[in-house]
Formats: sequence, structure tokens, C-alpha cells
Amino acid sequence: MDLLILILQGVIVAATPLVFAAIGELVVERAGVLNLGIEGMMILGAIAGFSVTLDSGSYLAGIIAAAAAGAVAAFLFGVLTQVLMANQVATGLALTIFGLGLSALWGQGYSGESTVPLAKIHIPLLSDIPIIGPLLFSHDPLVYLSIILVAGVAWFLAKTRAGLILRAVGENHDAAHAIGYNVVGVRMLALLFGGACAGIGGTYLSTVQTPLWVEDMTAGRGWIALAIVVFAAWRPGRALLGAYLFGGVTVVQLHIQGFGVDIDAQILSMLPYLITILVLVLISHDKARANFNAPACLTKPFFASS
Amino acid sequence: MTGTAPLHLSGITKRFPGVLANDNVGFSIAPGEIHALLGENGAGKSTLVKMIYGVMRPDEGSMHFGDTPYAPAKPSDARAHGVGMVFQHFSLFEALSVAENVALGMNKDAVSKDLDKQIVEVSEAYGLPLDPKRLIDSLSVGERQRVEVVRCLLQNPRLLIMDEPTSVLTPQEVEILFETLRKLSSEGCSILYISHKLEEIRTLCDRATVLRGGKVVADCDPRQETAKSLAELMIGTSLSFPEPHAAKLGDERLVVKGLSVKSPDPFGTDLRDISFCVCAGEILGIAGVAGNGQVELMEVLTGEKTTDNDAVLIDNAPVGRENTTTRRRRGMCSVPEERLGHGAVPEMSLWENTILSARTRLGMERNGFLNLGIAHDFANEIVQKFNVKTPGIEHEARSLSGGNLQKFIVGREILQTPTVLVILQPTWGVDAAAAADIHRALQELAKGGAAILVISQDLDELMAISINFAVISEGRLSESRPTGSMSVEEIGLLMGGVHSSVGKKGAA
Repeated sequence: MDLLILILQGVIVAATPLVFAAIGELVVERAGVLNLGIEGMMILGAIAGFSVTLDSGSYLAGIIAAAAAGAVAAFLFGVLTQVLMANQVATGLALTIFGLGLSALWGQGYSGESTVPLAKIHIPLLSDIPIIGPLLFSHDPLVYLSIILVAGVAWFLAKTRAGLILRAVGENHDAAHAIGYNVVGVRMLALLFGGACAGIGGTYLSTVQTPLWVEDMTAGRGWIALAIVVFAAWRPGRALLGAYLFGGVTVVQLHIQGFGVDIDAQILSMLPYLITILVLVLISHDKARANFNAPACLTKPFFASS
Repeated sequence: MTGTAPLHLSGITKRFPGVLANDNVGFSIAPGEIHALLGENGAGKSTLVKMIYGVMRPDEGSMHFGDTPYAPAKPSDARAHGVGMVFQHFSLFEALSVAENVALGMNKDAVSKDLDKQIVEVSEAYGLPLDPKRLIDSLSVGERQRVEVVRCLLQNPRLLIMDEPTSVLTPQEVEILFETLRKLSSEGCSILYISHKLEEIRTLCDRATVLRGGKVVADCDPRQETAKSLAELMIGTSLSFPEPHAAKLGDERLVVKGLSVKSPDPFGTDLRDISFCVCAGEILGIAGVAGNGQVELMEVLTGEKTTDNDAVLIDNAPVGRENTTTRRRRGMCSVPEERLGHGAVPEMSLWENTILSARTRLGMERNGFLNLGIAHDFANEIVQKFNVKTPGIEHEARSLSGGNLQKFIVGREILQTPTVLVILQPTWGVDAAAAADIHRALQELAKGGAAILVISQDLDELMAISINFAVISEGRLSESRPTGSMSVEEIGLLMGGVHSSVGKKGAA
């Protein structure tokens, strides 16, 4: 029983960075932009969050720095793709490479350092309930923030006028422009939000999960987040589910290794990535269904023609 | 709807790099008046309307709403003044519901909590029933237009701008729309009606302003004019229309049997059991409202998408699995709907564009090398024979106007002497003179023994040139019949997909 609780707690910790990154990217894609730079924004968030937390001793400052780093990177992406009309796919890939490189440079003085992980919240009574307590009521604040964020995004997209405008821009930017909405403005805001989320997801890795700075520590999680958005068919609730699923696979394979099962560790480590590919293949199997929820203007450049 | 605020325009001028889109344009619209704005493509109608709706600002000149100056900086300003607009290419979002689409087109403070109820009330009051919960992609084109109209009506417009509203409607739907517009006008709402369908303007409109080359060339009462005199005002010269020719039909050249195709696009149309044949010397016209399977049918016929081998036959040979190049070799040429990007590569020169489709039939390619001389000569021949206005064949395809590029593309296919020609929307967005040229060329090709399939939304065009006639609706094709034997009402019902729409329209 204790082991199961331990595994489930591990799943939550492994899934949370994915939740942040995926929900941010989901908003960006609903606005019609594909930002392949999540990995880059995450790793920048990781080093920004780690260095600021270590230097200032304040986790809040670290989280804010991480969000800011992700947002600045996303802003750069936005200027290139929305204002200067650069190709989104190429720019996103460049952002990832840039982020990995810059974070390595920034983190040179920090490698090998470690910090105390962000403390878990202890709620009197609730946290002490057996099973439910450790599972639901004794996590660090970022876990709760990630859940609130998903609920908030779901509410924003479905119920608010601003959310409706954002979906409209992703659906048909020419029509949105004709009716008089600021397509580029909406997309920039969505990108900044997505960047900030990716940044926080990154710092979750470096100040909570591991808590130390290692070069390239995101290890492809940005790409998994991207896959989760497709898996989720651009719906926030399903993105949460997807993140926990992938988080689960990551943790379970670690424990299988721990049990000494006779499978090569390398193959087990591959599992989360293999599952990602498998899920994407299965989803894209039926082309009509795969396209059904995709924002119609995804990756299409918007030229404000008169 | 107070109806006391007519719109006055004076001295409106708008320049684009190299073009004077509007040159000192001025006219007035009285309260409750249905005012037509007439002109060919490129005459400056769209630019003018965009300035009235606040999408663009004029360089010079002024607008007044009643006695107050009117200078909208953005569409929401225009809407706040009571100006509504129904766009030609609808400004709708397919994956969103009717209510959401309506809310997006209204200013924030105009959206009330009971929007759904309001939509139902207003739409019923004007005979345009709508269900606010439905998604746009499940609506017919006519219903989509209702969404746009209702969106405007909810804001109590004093001026409603309609940009070519009937080009996508069946004749019955046009009647319903006209009744709505007349009702609005009787309530004091002014309507600015943009169209180049002259008969419509003569039945609906109180006044007409004619634009040519960005200038107002006439201001008249369309009821006192004939369609011919209006057309001549529009293009500035006299027109000759093609005469339908007596047909002598030969062997079956293009045969389609039991063709069913599922569309990969979630918003596309599946083709269902389509059968027809086109004989040598025949022009078969396929009418239908946009989005009823025309594009899908075109793709299967040209080989852009393959299907069962026996479903498509050219000169009795099954070709369903062959690709475009092989079908071209057999004699099938085609003209797609989209000129820029499908019919021609916008950034390539005219002569380069000839290689794309004439490579096989004119032997421009040999052992992997291109014979550029043939391409140059061929491009020159097209320009000369089809009277394409261009400074030279080195110019990029996108530098040509719509009509000229269309003439070039049609010419490129016709001069390859195809035995079967499939052509989608041959004169979409093409001016009247160029359209007449294209029609004449098609008729001559048919006389020479080619089988021609014309798929178009323009009923008048099909009536003028086709020998036989069929209607596509929801992916099904009606039986083909001699063109003269069907009334416009019958065709309209077929276009609306008889089974579903007769009852509905009757109730409305």
C-alpha cells in the first residue's frame, strides 16, 4: 500500500511539469499558433528558476523568474512569427536549440549545485487522513497551481468572451480580422501565457523534482507536452489526463527497473517516448477525426490584407 | 431603427501603391433606401465598403451619418453607429456555434445574457429561422448567410451593407432574402447592396451607383435601365454574349459510374454514387451551391485523388487509379477553381507556369531535361490567342489581374487540344468581357469534338453555354437533362437538395 502511494505521488510529481507546458501550449495552439519551442522555453525556465531560487533563497522569486524567462523567449518567437512572418515550425525549432544552448551557458556556474526542494503543504487534519491525505492534500503549491490553471483555462476558453475571441482567432483569422479583432495581439498574449507556463514547468523540474541543475535536464519533456496537446484534442481536461498518463509511464518504468525485472533499463527508459509516438500514430490513424478539433488556422501565417 | 440618418459620402479617395482604388467618390443613401453599388471586379467597390465599415480609412474625403461626421477607426466603431455588414466570404467560424458566431460579431456591450432567445426571436420575425446551438459547419450556405444577417439585425442597424449576398444562394433562398431586405427597408433601415447580378438589382434596388476604375460613372434608377445598359455602364463598352450552339454529339468520352468517395476533410462533402457521361462535342454543366461536393468531384476526375479504377473512364479506358500526368497524356486537361496556388504558381513566370501542365502533352520534357523554347513559344501563343493583357511572359503569374490570369490558365489548357476538359468555376471573379471570351473559347473547343464538363455556381453561365445540365447537392448528382428543359424553379429545388429543403422553405 505504501509503495502504491509512493508511486502515485511520484506520478503527480512527474506529470506536473507536463501539465504546465501542455496547458500553455494548448492555449497557444487554440489561438492558431504552433510553438515548437516549448523545450527551449522549459529549459530556460529551469535555469532561471533554479539560479534565482538559489541566489535569493525565495521560491516565489524563482517561479516568477522562470515564468518571465519563458515569456521573454515566447515574446521573441512572437515577434519573429507574428510580426516578421517567419515560418512557425522553423522558428520554434530554432527557439528550442537556442534555449538549450543559452541555458547551458547560463547554468555553467550552477552545475552540481542543489537546492532544498519546494516544501509540501501540510494541511492539519486533511493531510493526516490515511491514503487520501498523502495523495490529495500534501503536495507542493505548484501541483495545486497546475490543477487550478487547467480548470481556469477550461473555464476561460468555454465561458468567457475573451476565450471565445481567442478560439475565433485560431479558427479563422481572416474572419476575426474582418469583424475587427486584433489577431496578432491575441496571439501574442496567448504566446506569452504559453511561454510563462512552459517556464514554470521547467523550474518545477529544477527546484522541485530533482532539485538541481543539469544541462539538458528537460530531456524531451517539451516534445511530450506537444504530443499531449494533440492527444488531448485541444481540450484542457484531456490535457491534464494526458500529462498524468505520460507521467505515470515515466514513473512506472522507473519502478519496474527498481524491481529488477529482466528488461534492459535503456528500453524501459524509452517507454514514455515510445508511448508518445504510439499514441500519436493511433490518433492520426483516422485523418478526419484527427483534424476535427484542430484549430483551423494552426500554423497558418496571418497577413492583414487590407 | 430610427431611420433618420442616411449616409453621405463625398470626395472619398483611397490610394494603394500603384493603384488609385477610389477616386473622389461621392453619393448618398437615403433612409430606408436599397442602394445598389455596381461595378466590375477591381472597380473599387470592396475598398469603398471597407472604409464605410471601418476596416480601412480613406486618404481623403469625408463621410457623414445624417448631420454628424462619421469616421470609423475600426469595425466596432461602425457597429456602434448602427452599420452592419454581411461579408461575401462569410466571416464565420465553422467550429463554433451560431450563438458564439453572433456574439463575436457584436460589440461587447451589445451582447445580452439572453442571446439565444434574442437570436430565435429576431430570426423568426424576419423569416430566417435559426437554431442558436448548432455548429456552423452543419449549416447549409444559405443558413450560414442567415447567421450573418441575424448578427447584423440584432444590433438594430441603420445601414446594412451586403457584399454579393446572392452568389451562393439558390433562387428560392434569394427570394427569402429579398423579402427580409424589403421588410428591413420598410422599417427605415438603409441597405447598401453590392452585386454584379443586374437582374437582381433591377428587381430589388431603388437607386444604383456605378463604379468604374474607382470613379463614379453613373447614378441611376435601375428600374429605368435594362440589364444590358447597366452592364455597359459597368464595363464602359458594348458587350456581345455567346450564342448557344446547336450540338452534334459524338461518342462517350468521359464516363463516371457509381462514384462514391469519402472526404478526408471533416468539413468536406462525401460523394455518393455519382454517374454521368460527357460525349464528344458536349458541354455538360453541373450546377450547385458551393460546398456540395464540387471540389471533391473535381479532384477525383483530374486524378489529384485516385479512386476505383472502373469508376472513371476516358475514351472507354478505366483511369480511376491513374494520376494527373497519365490522364493528361490520355487527353484530359483541367482548370481548378483557385487560380493562384492551384491553377498557377503565383511566384513563377507565365512561361514557367505553362510547363507545369503542358509538359506532357507538348513534349517539353525529354530525358529529364526541359525544352524551354517550347515553353516560351507556347506562353506567347496563349497570350496572343487569348488576348491576355500582360507586359510579357517573363512576368509573375500573380502580377496579372484575376480575369487575365484566368484567360491565361484556360488558354493554357485549351491550346493543349484536350479531348476532355474539366473546368471548375471558369469565370469566378472574372470581369464580363473576359468571361465572354472564355465562354466562346469553351464552345469552340466543344465544336472541335472535345467533351467539356463545366462545374459552376453561376446558373446564368451554365444556362448560356451548356448543352446538358445536372445539379450536385450534398454529394449527389441529379440526372443530366437538356439545358432548356428545366425551369429555374426546378433547378433551385434540386440545388437545395429537394428532399430536405422544400418542406423547410415552405414553413419559412
